[in-house]
Amino acid sequence: MPGFGLALGYTIAYLGLIVLLPLAALVLRAGEMGAGGLVSLASEPRVLGALRTSFGLALLAAATNAFFGMIVAWVLVRYRFPGRGLIDAAVDLPFALPTAVAGIALASLYAPNGWIGALVAPLGLKIAFTPLGIYIALVFVGLPFIVRTVQPVIAECDREIEEASATLGATRWQTVFRVVLPPLMPALLTGFALAFARGVGEYGSIIFIAGNIPYVSEIAPLLIVIKLEEYDYAGATAIATVMLAVAFVILLVINLVQAWSRKRFGHV
Amino acid sequence: MSDTLVNATHGDRQRVAPARAKTHSRRHTPVTGEGPWARRLLIALAIAFLALFLLMPLIVVFTEALRAGFGAFFDALAEPDALAAVRLTLMVAAIAVPLNLVFGIAAAWAIAKFEFPGKSFLVTLIDLPFSVSPVVAGLVYVLLFGAQGLFGPWLQSVGFQVIFAVPGIVLATVFVTFPFVARELIPLMEEQGTGDEEVAMTLGASGLQTFLRVTLPNIRFALLYGVLLCNARAMGEFGAVAVVSGRIRGFTTTMPLHVEILYNEYNSVAAFAVASLLALLALVTLAAKAYLESRYGDALASRTPR
Repeated sequence: MPGFGLALGYTIAYLGLIVLLPLAALVLRAGEMGAGGLVSLASEPRVLGALRTSFGLALLAAATNAFFGMIVAWVLVRYRFPGRGLIDAAVDLPFALPTAVAGIALASLYAPNGWIGALVAPLGLKIAFTPLGIYIALVFVGLPFIVRTVQPVIAECDREIEEASATLGATRWQTVFRVVLPPLMPALLTGFALAFARGVGEYGSIIFIAGNIPYVSEIAPLLIVIKLEEYDYAGATAIATVMLAVAFVILLVINLVQAWSRKRFGHV
Repeated sequence: MSDTLVNATHGDRQRVAPARAKTHSRRHTPVTGEGPWARRLLIALAIAFLALFLLMPLIVVFTEALRAGFGAFFDALAEPDALAAVRLTLMVAAIAVPLNLVFGIAAAWAIAKFEFPGKSFLVTLIDLPFSVSPVVAGLVYVLLFGAQGLFGPWLQSVGFQVIFAVPGIVLATVFVTFPFVARELIPLMEEQGTGDEEVAMTLGASGLQTFLRVTLPNIRFALLYGVLLCNARAMGEFGAVAVVSGRIRGFTTTMPLHVEILYNEYNSVAAFAVASLLALLALVTLAAKAYLESRYGDALASRTPR
């Protein structure tokens, strides 16, 4: 087989130029500031508030998606009903729809005079321009991650195990929770981690609906943009470094979960 | 192979089903499925959730775009700044997608057809841009090429502007769409192995001939699939591009940035008009993707989430 040197050389050179060199520039800049400088910038109250908002709401949204995404995946694999194909295709909408479009659509939907915003306003509930709005946007962008990781694993589930479980006297409820769900956990965890990682870094679909109030509904990526606009490169670098470190940790966790899953269940 | 297995189990189930229906009374829940009411409840829950979170935003885009009628809609699209944004978006995608296409083929060739140490680490690195926030993706280029960046002063001396100009937008777009083609091709080409290519080479084909006439036809649908996703993201990218663009109206505003500017100016109809073009692009992408999956599913690698 020819072309190994050329293909690998090009791959590494291109990867280096486009991805690794720019990321190295960030790490270098962070290194110049030193650990002390980095920590003091990243622990400013406004930065901490933004990080808390981003991480906390991403966690909450990923948990919501884990629950509903699981149901959607289950329904799509196990049941046949009219419109199933269309719904299956629609799950990828958040991947395909540009985040800015999703952002303004969600903002006008949940604004106090929007279709849903006006509906909940009499209940005293305000969604847009509060952290709740950020949560809604994060549920939107995170959904496909769960469905698309769990769906193929459910499809591969061996139904004979469920039959065996039932034959041995288990109720359907017991079968679902003790036979069906455990092997799905690695996929669910992977999907959860992917949705969480995406949520932490999400920008476009959030900024329109968030209201962007410092300490309340200001997300970390937005604060990076604000610092950049103020030419505060050090401040922007500090937040980005924290986010990059977390992204690496999540990537590592996903790889560990998948390695464990391969050993335990024989699939990813 | 897996198809015949699936068919076999389906056949068995059909044969078993009538017998089970006889022995079980109708009131009992089936042993490997949920009862009719649980089933209906779950389907209703799934549909309600998706309708609320996916369908409603999509409908809002088009209704808001046409709120003031078709005249205002088309006026917003025919406006010079909007046209400039469309042109820039097309141009950026026309550069970024082929770049990542060539990279994807090279990376998949090296990774799928050969064994070498550090391979799985390389695959992880290729996926890295998906784990990085788009805003951070933009920031790294500012730190590299911005006025206070590493190469900033040098770029200034040769009079070449990257940040707040089109090259920066292209770079940021290439970064965020980096893995799309590669990660469609790698699993598929690993599945396909090197057998076909070895036969072609044994029969006297050159390396290039083998690639063009054996490998490329084998991967064409996966390639198309990857390009489709890559293009959708390239045209729709917002965060990374927003950081490097500087938003110079008519010059460095792509369609998503133009949407943002119009929306922030409370020009809702125009913002949603441009947004509806992007939403249409998303719908076409989804339709083409679903078509490829249903028609050529075997020629695509098993799906992995991104």
